Amino acid sequence: MADWVDVCAADDIDPEDVVRFDHGGRTYAVYRLPDGTPWATDGLCTHEKVHLADGLVLGDQIECPKHNGRFNIRTGAPLRAPVCVALATYPARIAGGRIEILV
Amino acid sequence: MSNAANPHHVRDYSLTGADTERAKATGLAGAEWYRTEVPRKLMKELMQRRDGPAIRDTLLWFALLGGSAWGGIALWGSWWAVPFWFVYGVMYGSVCDSRWHEAGHGTAFRTGWMNSVVYQIASFMVVRNPVSWRWSHARHHTDTIIVGRDPEIACMRPPNLFRLLMAYSGVLDMIDSVRILLRNAGGRLSPGEKDYIPESEWPKAIFAARVHVTIYALTLAAVAGLFVRGAGWASLIPVLLIGGPRIYGCWHMLMTGLIQHCGLAEDVTDHRLNSRTVYMNPVSRWIYWNMNYHVEHHMFPMVPYHALPRLHEAIRHDLPAPNTSIWDAYREAIPAVLRQARDPDYAFRKPLPPTARPYQERPVHG
Repeated sequence: MADWVDVCAADDIDPEDVVRFDHGGRTYAVYRLPDGTPWATDGLCTHEKVHLADGLVLGDQIECPKHNGRFNIRTGAPLRAPVCVALATYPARIAGGRIEILV
Repeated sequence: MSNAANPHHVRDYSLTGADTERAKATGLAGAEWYRTEVPRKLMKELMQRRDGPAIRDTLLWFALLGGSAWGGIALWGSWWAVPFWFVYGVMYGSVCDSRWHEAGHGTAFRTGWMNSVVYQIASFMVVRNPVSWRWSHARHHTDTIIVGRDPEIACMRPPNLFRLLMAYSGVLDMIDSVRILLRNAGGRLSPGEKDYIPESEWPKAIFAARVHVTIYALTLAAVAGLFVRGAGWASLIPVLLIGGPRIYGCWHMLMTGLIQHCGLAEDVTDHRLNSRTVYMNPVSRWIYWNMNYHVEHHMFPMVPYHALPRLHEAIRHDLPAPNTSIWDAYREAIPAVLRQARDPDYAFRKPLPPTARPYQERPVHG
């Protein structure tokens, strides 16, 4: 059963940025979009298992740092080669000034 | 650096052979590569995309292409045409490579469609299938100079010195490129291409090859048409404009491209060991779109060409000293390649400055 898990203080992630979050033997990428909304996806690119937290957030897209493939952060959909397989996404929220994700 | 433990390792550079299996078994394939630590705030700044520099450079590129083509045609029959064709050749046959490369990474422009347009144009000019080479280059970044995995190793060992020397004429590479184009247009992909291109992309690669072949066929038809109409030597103008510059104008692409990795290490997971950063004159840097910062580019492919000089300044303390000129790079690479003809396991190893972290000598599983 999924639980809300504390990630970090909301201010720890700048708008239009991403951090790596490891929990329960898995790695996640936790984002804030330009308007401050939190989002979360799997942490590794579906192409070559590179940590997306080292990549670049462009609006609501994340670009992989290794091959410049892109995903839609909200849906996980692949947008630009060489990524072809979608990312899993997870609900995220800000509660009491902290970012939480449902995993 | 010579591999004394395995002095007669015969390399198999195909992507489906014994070295492919060896790379997978030893963790060299898809390994985690060494990266210099850069504060996230600075890296975010360096990764930012901009349209301005690439729009400026692309407009200048098209202006130089158009102007030199106009001069070459207008002065046809006079020796004054030669410098115009020289400029046109380099603008077409060499600049196309760096524009193909940067637009392929998606880092040239901030606006996606601009990257796509320049990528398609430059792919045609450099005679590379725009679909298959996108995947080929992704593999080159995953497994840079890993034998049996990287499809873009220019200097194989032992080196074929004749081919390396002839590379500057552009003829052999053009023959190979046209052969691949025709094979793709005929609906066939090589085992290597099938290895690094997802099956879902194969029809796109075949379609792209057919589009390119059609344009070349129309170009040759134009030559024939002009000749039949009695244009004489001027019948060659269509191939001097389209396709031909990939031969007579590619020398700068080869001059800068061959020093990216030649003479350096294979089968390592630290770009400081297998890539070369070279200081160059401003004209060559413009033609090459700053790919002379090649260690930096491989370590951080997200950084656009216009930010590479800043990245270089930020991480140079952790890198071997750059070569001071193109000539200096050749003075290092040529003896190394010649030695590899006798000892294929030899690689030139650059000393690190005292401020650098040690080389990552062993593969790390990604």
